[in-house]
Amino acid sequence: MTVPEEAEDEPARRKPDDDQPVPLYVVTGGRSESADAMALDLVTLVVARADPHSGQSPEHTALLRMCRYPISVAEISAYLGLPFSAATVLLTDLLDSSQVEVRQTRVEQRQAAADPDLDTLRALIDGLQRL
Amino acid sequence: MAYNDSDTAGRHAAYAGGPREEDLLPSSAEQSVKVVVVGGFGVGKTTMVGSVSEIRPLTTEETMTQAGAGVDDLAGVERKTETTVAMDFGRITLDERLVLYLFGTPGQQRFWFLWNGVIEGALGAVVLVDTRRLEDSFQAMDRLEECGVPFVVAVNTFPDAPLHPVPELRAALDLPARVPVVTCDARGFDSSREVLLTLLRHLYARATEGDPPSPAVTASPSPSEAP
Ligand SMILES: Nc1nc2c(ncn2[C@@H]2O[C@H](COP(=O)(O)OP(=O)(O)OP(=O)(O)O)[C@@H](O)[C@H]2O)c(=O)[nH]1
Ligand SMILES: [Mg+2]
Repeated sequence: MTVPEEAEDEPARRKPDDDQPVPLYVVTGGRSESADAMALDLVTLVVARADPHSGQSPEHTALLRMCRYPISVAEISAYLGLPFSAATVLLTDLLDSSQVEVRQTRVEQRQAAADPDLDTLRALIDGLQRL
Repeated sequence: MAYNDSDTAGRHAAYAGGPREEDLLPSSAEQSVKVVVVGGFGVGKTTMVGSVSEIRPLTTEETMTQAGAGVDDLAGVERKTETTVAMDFGRITLDERLVLYLFGTPGQQRFWFLWNGVIEGALGAVVLVDTRRLEDSFQAMDRLEECGVPFVVAVNTFPDAPLHPVPELRAALDLPARVPVVTCDARGFDSSREVLLTLLRHLYARATEGDPPSPAVTASPSPSEAP
């Protein structure tokens, strides 16, 4: 079996730089993506702490109703039909008003992924074996 | 679960309003982990996600933008090249507090790996390989290595794909001996679950052994590898 040589201009191993694509600068309701929005990972679990109040936008209301039970940002994005970064903008509003909370910050999630503890790996293996 | 190829718009319409009652996570869910399935075009990534997911696979997307060379900032977003990257994902609830999300990356998208937050923060990855087009997986493996995300290689056994001995595949893919290589049928629940278990046992071995573990040259995951 032969393996093709990597072409000179093979995009692999190219380091991302300023000319590379980045998530679209999302503007939602006149607000832009904030630093807080970057605290959310696709798999960050979000849960509501309060009911929607009258006067909230339909998007915020729909989102709040969706997180009565823990739900990931990816699922929220899918159910709302919004790009991930747009969903994070809405979520950041609700985080700022303490109407939702996250079960684990992205930093915690990434640290746990980079250096997984044995209990978690064990629970994953056991859980998969039980399926 | 049946392979679902409905388009993104159809899924959004079908799911508007939120999760079905039976798709809700328990209130006690507090930790989530991310595993990505990467590989070339049409290698079976979406199929594998659907095979093991407890929910009907969903789609999340991101709009990527790239400023063309010499494009004036004031020209605005419209002048930039935009690509929508759609990612299939599924979910497995492991216990009352732990949830695994499985993301299938698009094979033909040039830019998906620049969507920050897909590979970053992943516990590990499954590199799906079609022996007819091994080179399709090189870029994904390079990106995983750059991000320090551990992976296993799963050879999807298509009927007309040539069968190669694992050591030969390992050499052709230039894989270190410690990276597990298994064969699978992404359409099967058991087979896809075994691939995930191979990845998790690999992660467990990495976490328990300071030094790289001895070569694990296995054509299929062996029960003795279990921690
Ligand atoms: N025989 C066989 N067919 C498979 C297997 N896995 C997937 N297929 C078929 O291969 C085709 C492509 O599978 P997908 O799951 O859409 O592949 P993908 O990697 O998600 O494709 P892209 O997202 O377009 O890159 C489908 O028709 C599947 O039914 C397998 O293990 N064996
Ligand atoms: Mg696919």
